[in-house]
Amino acid sequence: MLLVLLLASALAIVRARNLFAVVVLSGIYSFIMATQLTVLDAVDVAMTEASVGAGISTVLLLGTLYLTGSEEAAPGHRPILPLLVALATAGILIYGTLGIPVFGDPSGAIHQHVAPRYLQEAVEATGIPNVVTAVLASYRGYDTLGETTVIFTAGIGVILLLGIGRRVRERAQGPGGGMQEYLVLRVIAKLLIPFALLFALYVQFHGDFGPGGGFQAGVILAAGVIFYAVIFGLTKAQKLVPPRLVEILVALGVAVYALVGALGLMLGGNYLDYFVLDHDPVHGQHRGVFWVEAGVCITVAGVMLAIFYAFAGRRRRPDSRS
Amino acid sequence: MIAHHLPALQVVVPLLAAPLCVMLRGARAAWLIALGVSWAMFIVAGSLLARVLREGVISYALGSWEPPWGIEYRVDLLNAFVVVLVSLVGALVISYSRESVDHEVRREQHYLFYAAYLLCLAGLLGIAITGDAFNVFVFLEISSLSTYVLIALGRDRRALTASYQYLIMGTIGATFIVIGVGLLYLMTGTLNMHDLAQRLPAVEHTRPVLAALAFLTVGISLKLALFPLHLWLPNAYAFAPSVVTAFLAATATKVAVYLLLRFYFTVFGAPLVLGEMPLPEILLALSLAAMFAMSTVAIFQDDVKRMLAYSSVAQIGYITLGVSTGTAAGLTGTVVHLFNHGITKGSLFLLLGCMAMGMRRITLQHIRGIGRIMPLTTFGVVVGGLSLIGVPLTVGFVSKWYLVLGALERGWWWVAALILASSLLAVVYVWRIVEAAYFKAPGEQVAKLREAPLSMLVPAWVLVVATLYFGVDTRFTAGVAARVAELLLGGFR
Repeated sequence: MLLVLLLASALAIVRARNLFAVVVLSGIYSFIMATQLTVLDAVDVAMTEASVGAGISTVLLLGTLYLTGSEEAAPGHRPILPLLVALATAGILIYGTLGIPVFGDPSGAIHQHVAPRYLQEAVEATGIPNVVTAVLASYRGYDTLGETTVIFTAGIGVILLLGIGRRVRERAQGPGGGMQEYLVLRVIAKLLIPFALLFALYVQFHGDFGPGGGFQAGVILAAGVIFYAVIFGLTKAQKLVPPRLVEILVALGVAVYALVGALGLMLGGNYLDYFVLDHDPVHGQHRGVFWVEAGVCITVAGVMLAIFYAFAGRRRRPDSRS
Repeated sequence: MIAHHLPALQVVVPLLAAPLCVMLRGARAAWLIALGVSWAMFIVAGSLLARVLREGVISYALGSWEPPWGIEYRVDLLNAFVVVLVSLVGALVISYSRESVDHEVRREQHYLFYAAYLLCLAGLLGIAITGDAFNVFVFLEISSLSTYVLIALGRDRRALTASYQYLIMGTIGATFIVIGVGLLYLMTGTLNMHDLAQRLPAVEHTRPVLAALAFLTVGISLKLALFPLHLWLPNAYAFAPSVVTAFLAATATKVAVYLLLRFYFTVFGAPLVLGEMPLPEILLALSLAAMFAMSTVAIFQDDVKRMLAYSSVAQIGYITLGVSTGTAAGLTGTVVHLFNHGITKGSLFLLLGCMAMGMRRITLQHIRGIGRIMPLTTFGVVVGGLSLIGVPLTVGFVSKWYLVLGALERGWWWVAALILASSLLAVVYVWRIVEAAYFKAPGEQVAKLREAPLSMLVPAWVLVVATLYFGVDTRFTAGVAARVAELLLGGFR
């Protein structure tokens, strides 16, 4: 049922010509996907999908629409060749997936080789009850350093190409001045934002035990500030978190992560070896995971804010319609 | 102790230097960091290669988790060779970059520019050195994203569309690669390449594995700009800042070729890829098409940067042609041409960057008579051009020699003839540059130019001299390449 809904929303996205509808539909798509992932017991991924796909992406896309206008230009030609390429790709993908082991089949290769050791050993070796966090932050912690660097690179790209320090003209409405006269929104925002920030901290520190971690927490943290900026105005938000600070946060998180790795190296282990970070190897693992998750959170929150500032700080094109 | 950690340092040092540049925020400081790191990485790469030659494969377990549970860095002769190429070009490009970047990029953007360059370097080195199939994807994303940013910084506004075009094509390529890796994981339960190689034979005829081979082939071919998946390349090279074009032309597509070799020969194994699948035939057809169609298109370009960009697509055809022969000599040609074409195109684009100091666009009209005004720069371009043609005493000749040998060994005498015939097309487009530069009277604009500063000429000429030196003394390049080819055909298993 969920898959049918997923397909329906994907088709609706393809058919829709109004970009506003497309953005809302992709938010819906992400929520259905998150639900689907929860059904599959991949709660960590579901949480990421919900916070990034349905949350931040929607805000950023709406911010873009504010700048560009929301009607798609009519396509100039009929895209027959791309359709054929897409169909061929889908054909190969379906051909390929016909031979994969049945979902959940315990004799499938993915349940036989590497994974069992993670499940058996992770809690004991790392002291982290959530195996997903153990694999992401420790066993494959180097991949996560890479992923954090990817986000950092994206942040640098946005800052470089769009700039985040622009002064915005004070206006009663829009990104500069926020929504000053909407009393209800302001009161609700004031009520909600502290809880959003608190929730981010919970997700950050509870990531060891349940679903969550630095990535999701960083997104929620940034969402709190973005919410503030939308209601009370970009200028006020930039006073609270200045662009220069955002730029430092973007870089700081990656640096913290990479330095934890270097610390392991200096204390006599390999790069990203957490065992040597404490006298007790399990404590060392715990400490390493704590700090790299902090690094992830800082960079993710910084990059999300940088992207938002970059988009919100731009002046609207005069010919764009809303 | 430090020697043991060299594989990790090779990637982590530039990766850590990038956020440092952002935090310090100074243009000059960022350049100095990039310069120091680039040269240090070249030294690290050199000592890694020396150690591999001496002791064989180096394995490094990141996080001290033994592979395949953790991520492994695995350095063998093939990737040590590629890492040396990338870090050498990186070091020379950064030594050259100061004046050129001052000229082409706004000063307040410099610290971010060098951060993006360092990330690109870390990404490319990371792809080359890792022994983990998913880790490849992660570092591919780092290098790709930073590449899109660097291209978009070109002075011409069309750099933005060029970058966007590459972003779309590159993202499709990366998605295909991750689908391929995912299917392999589904069938084997492992992501470690060495481990994959051992577990794949049991399932190699299943549909998901064959689909994985297809997805990886198409995905990597997009990144290495195999004809007809090259559409992103000419604009990207033409509109990117000069240093970026030189760095990418010499390294990015080469690392993608390395990735193709790694998946074909180490992970899937030569018997499956070359023996049972029709891949050699497809590769041969596309390579020949690239050599002829793209050289022909290059002839009709007036913009010199774009002409050389099309020439790059044609030269990639030679590289993949070597793979399709499936012979030791052909693969030697492939590996040696990775290096040879890298240094040739690197030197050519650096020299064009020297010309770009005085003119906004480098077209054949603009460079009329430039041979008399900028003699060193122009002569370097001529040497690079001769290497593109494959004239003896240049590296281009060495590559083509092995490719022709490979074709003949396979009994494809007609392919050998076509390799030689395609060189004639290169003669035409190189001649168009020579004619404009030496046999036309300089216009008013050109007469006002001066020879480029030494800080730019020296790094560029190091590469020019290398194209000549390695064209005569092939012990290092062809020697290593021949050993690599032997390993590839024997399988690393």
